[in-house]
Amino acid sequence: MKKMKLVMIGNGMAGVRTLEELLKIAPDLYDITVFGAEPHPNYNRILLSPVLAGEQTLDEIILNPISWYEENNIKLHLGKKVVDVDRRNRIVRAEDGTEESYDRLLITIGSNPFILPVPGKDLDGVIAYRDIADTNTMIEAATKYKHAVVIGGGLLGLEAANGLMLRGMQVSVVHVAPWLMERQLDETSGGLLRKSLESRGLKFLIGANTQALIGDKNGRVMAVQFKDGNEIPADLVVMAVGIRPNTELAEKIGLHCNRGIVVTDTMQTITDPRIYSVGECAAHRGIAYGLVAPLFEQGKVCATHLAEFGIGRYVGSQTSTKLKVTGIDLFSAGDFMGGEGCEEIVMSDPYGGVYKKLVIKDEQLVGACLYGDTVDGSWYFKLLRDGRKITDIRDKLMFGESNIGDTGHQGQNKAAAMADSDEVCGCNGVTKGAVCKAIKEKGLFTLEDVRKHTKASASCGSCTGLVEQLLMFTAGGDYSAAPKKKAMCGCTDHSHDEVRQAIREQKLLTIDDVYKTMAWRTPNGCSSCRPAVNYYLISTWPKEAKDDPQSRFINERSHANIQKDGTYSVIPRMWGGVTTADELRRIADAADKYKVPTIKVTGGQRIDLLGVKKEDLVDIWKDIGMPSGHAYAKALRTVKTCVGSEWCRFGTQDSTKLGMDLERAMWRMYAPHKVKFAVSGCPRNCAESGIKDVGIIGVDSGWEMYIAGNGGIKTEVAHFLVKLKTAEEVMEYTGAFCQLYREEGWYLERTVHYVNRVGLDYVKKRILDDAEGRKALWERLQFALDGEPDPWFEFDKAAVDTRQFAPVTAVS
Amino acid sequence: MSDWKTICKVDDIPVLGSRRVAREGHAAVAVFRNSENKVFALLDRCPHKGGPLSQGIVFGESVACPLHNWTIGLDDGCARAPDVGCTQKFSVKLEGDQVQLSLNELQTLGLGDFEAPADTPAPTGAA
Repeated sequence: MKKMKLVMIGNGMAGVRTLEELLKIAPDLYDITVFGAEPHPNYNRILLSPVLAGEQTLDEIILNPISWYEENNIKLHLGKKVVDVDRRNRIVRAEDGTEESYDRLLITIGSNPFILPVPGKDLDGVIAYRDIADTNTMIEAATKYKHAVVIGGGLLGLEAANGLMLRGMQVSVVHVAPWLMERQLDETSGGLLRKSLESRGLKFLIGANTQALIGDKNGRVMAVQFKDGNEIPADLVVMAVGIRPNTELAEKIGLHCNRGIVVTDTMQTITDPRIYSVGECAAHRGIAYGLVAPLFEQGKVCATHLAEFGIGRYVGSQTSTKLKVTGIDLFSAGDFMGGEGCEEIVMSDPYGGVYKKLVIKDEQLVGACLYGDTVDGSWYFKLLRDGRKITDIRDKLMFGESNIGDTGHQGQNKAAAMADSDEVCGCNGVTKGAVCKAIKEKGLFTLEDVRKHTKASASCGSCTGLVEQLLMFTAGGDYSAAPKKKAMCGCTDHSHDEVRQAIREQKLLTIDDVYKTMAWRTPNGCSSCRPAVNYYLISTWPKEAKDDPQSRFINERSHANIQKDGTYSVIPRMWGGVTTADELRRIADAADKYKVPTIKVTGGQRIDLLGVKKEDLVDIWKDIGMPSGHAYAKALRTVKTCVGSEWCRFGTQDSTKLGMDLERAMWRMYAPHKVKFAVSGCPRNCAESGIKDVGIIGVDSGWEMYIAGNGGIKTEVAHFLVKLKTAEEVMEYTGAFCQLYREEGWYLERTVHYVNRVGLDYVKKRILDDAEGRKALWERLQFALDGEPDPWFEFDKAAVDTRQFAPVTAVS
Repeated sequence: MSDWKTICKVDDIPVLGSRRVAREGHAAVAVFRNSENKVFALLDRCPHKGGPLSQGIVFGESVACPLHNWTIGLDDGCARAPDVGCTQKFSVKLEGDQVQLSLNELQTLGLGDFEAPADTPAPTGAA
């Protein structure tokens, strides 16, 4: 079959990313031709500032070398500006007469700098700041001349000014607005930024209005003149007053433009469906984006349509800003100026150079502006995108959460302060140097990319915040992107919530039904979505939906924990951590009989037999004769207790008995993730109830109940939920909370993250305020658990495929 | 004498699952069955850290290693990008409902000790 022809006009980041996405999913569909006006292959435009500042070289910011185009059979016309498109005959024409015909056309020509229409704007030494040529002009000027004037104190202008100053020029920044970066910062933070840049040697003329540029006898600029008549010397003038979508060509060929080439959600121009446009030149729902993440999102959507898959729509992005001047941390997003109907929470330490402002409207975070300490930027941005009510965390909001856990990265929370050899990801042993190297060499831009390539933050995720920071420093990535709805995995565009809702409302009972009804892209999902869908089915329709063991992770299929050498560990259930001499004797005998290499007491008051062969599992369970501890499952694990009033001279309540009762009532409870309880008999809290999913603390007059604590990756202290009088009440409230989590939590979401997502107030409403609803939740849990089998003994009922415990055959 | 040795029936392998063929003194061979009843055979060792692929989740024509969730292609034994590395694959013949492997391959392929490639990341925490 003859291939179709795809021509791309423009050779920048958004366009080439679109081609990469297209080649991934439909490598043989098109003959591809690319026109680039610049004489360079695709490079990372965002990193021009570090190049100007001398922190990186031009070679380092090339994303796709010429060889990449060759390897992918892409015909590349460099240094050829396209001047016309004959849409009727579908021919593209370049300035030098080169012609190419197309079946599909992709216009990705970005934006043009806005040049102030003042006298002298065409003098030598007056440039914009947009591409490699501009950067080289500045680098060269810095070796010959002394005085530079940057017009425009926005993001780009300040980066240019900083770079020129580092190259030895005396730099003045002319800014017409009352403070710097007025579109990203408020007056206070703008002032802090100015102070910090002034201390580095930059000069500022704030509120100054440029009237003319004055040239010398050779036609080179020599001064900038202002409306008040004052002049300052200038051997180089950089205009950085803004950019405009480049629509010249599009307008010429009759494509509808309105602050950009107007495109639909499929990135097709509304005028001509054969023509697509992505990047800074495209106006989507009235917005032309200028940040990488939204543009890549556009590219992905565009590629799926070019590939004729007809799936995916681009629905817009929220964006945030970060300045790439080394040593200056600032972040802003949303409506950070506030105003009518808004409340502000402000923390200001001008001496320490830290300023944080959070803007709240209708109990939601709507804007954030951070200066000096931006580690919580991504958390605020997430809250802002999710639109979650913040009432319950209002008092802590200012102090941040950050994506950073407590452990595994040497207590660091500022990536910039770390050495290259410092470990960022303690799980996978990835250093800062390795992450930065991968980002640079492989051209990574998103957290997902970094996780795939380096495994950093791909396991426990506690270093996510650090990796995000490294991405920003190294690739110039930004916090933006991420459409509000997150797809479950690559097999579908549906979110966890949508899948749950469909299962409930359409009464879907099998994984195949879900995949068919919801138009999954893969025949049987993947190792990420299938276990989730299986859990949603059995938790939504207990006794009706059938558990599918082949959709469970090996631990839940073999009912033991797989170890690094392929052997398993066995942890029998010890109700409330209480055991008998008889049980211990059986465990000891079994350990001898099956030559168990390691016996360990766990943190959950149980005994772990490590290194058991898979073939021996069934026999060892039988010999030990204790119930499954579910230590391998996303289910109720342990209930930790202290000895309580029965023995302890301080004990006020019988915590051991309550713990055992809770465990007997709720064991075999599968959940989105593991669940741990603890019961302490007095506020000394020896069972560590403060860091459990449900923690109970006995006091003289009853029991205090705490929820959503976590002792793992990031230590999270549980929230006080309610004080109860009787053990029966504790049972009901605990069961109701667990069931709420079982019904609404996303697969692999711990209670702490579930409660963070929906808010403690919501949980209180469901569990405390709604007595009938609480009872109904508790009843639903009891219904689900009634008659549930012990998988160590009732193989048929628990759908344990016992064939797995023996080889199918043996050969010698 | 034919080189093809009958291992089991197709139905002895769970759909989207696998069974192990034990080999005296050597690593087992995993036989997989996907949802289209295609049968594949690979050395039961992930190219990453030697994890037992027979214990992984099978989907499409791939299996996810149970240790660190690498995705390995069932048809070629190779890790899907961006991970790299391959494990030994074995020929499979279906004779009616009988699954057959080559005795010669079983006796000669994938007998060495496992050595992890030098520059792979250390093992991750529990999944």
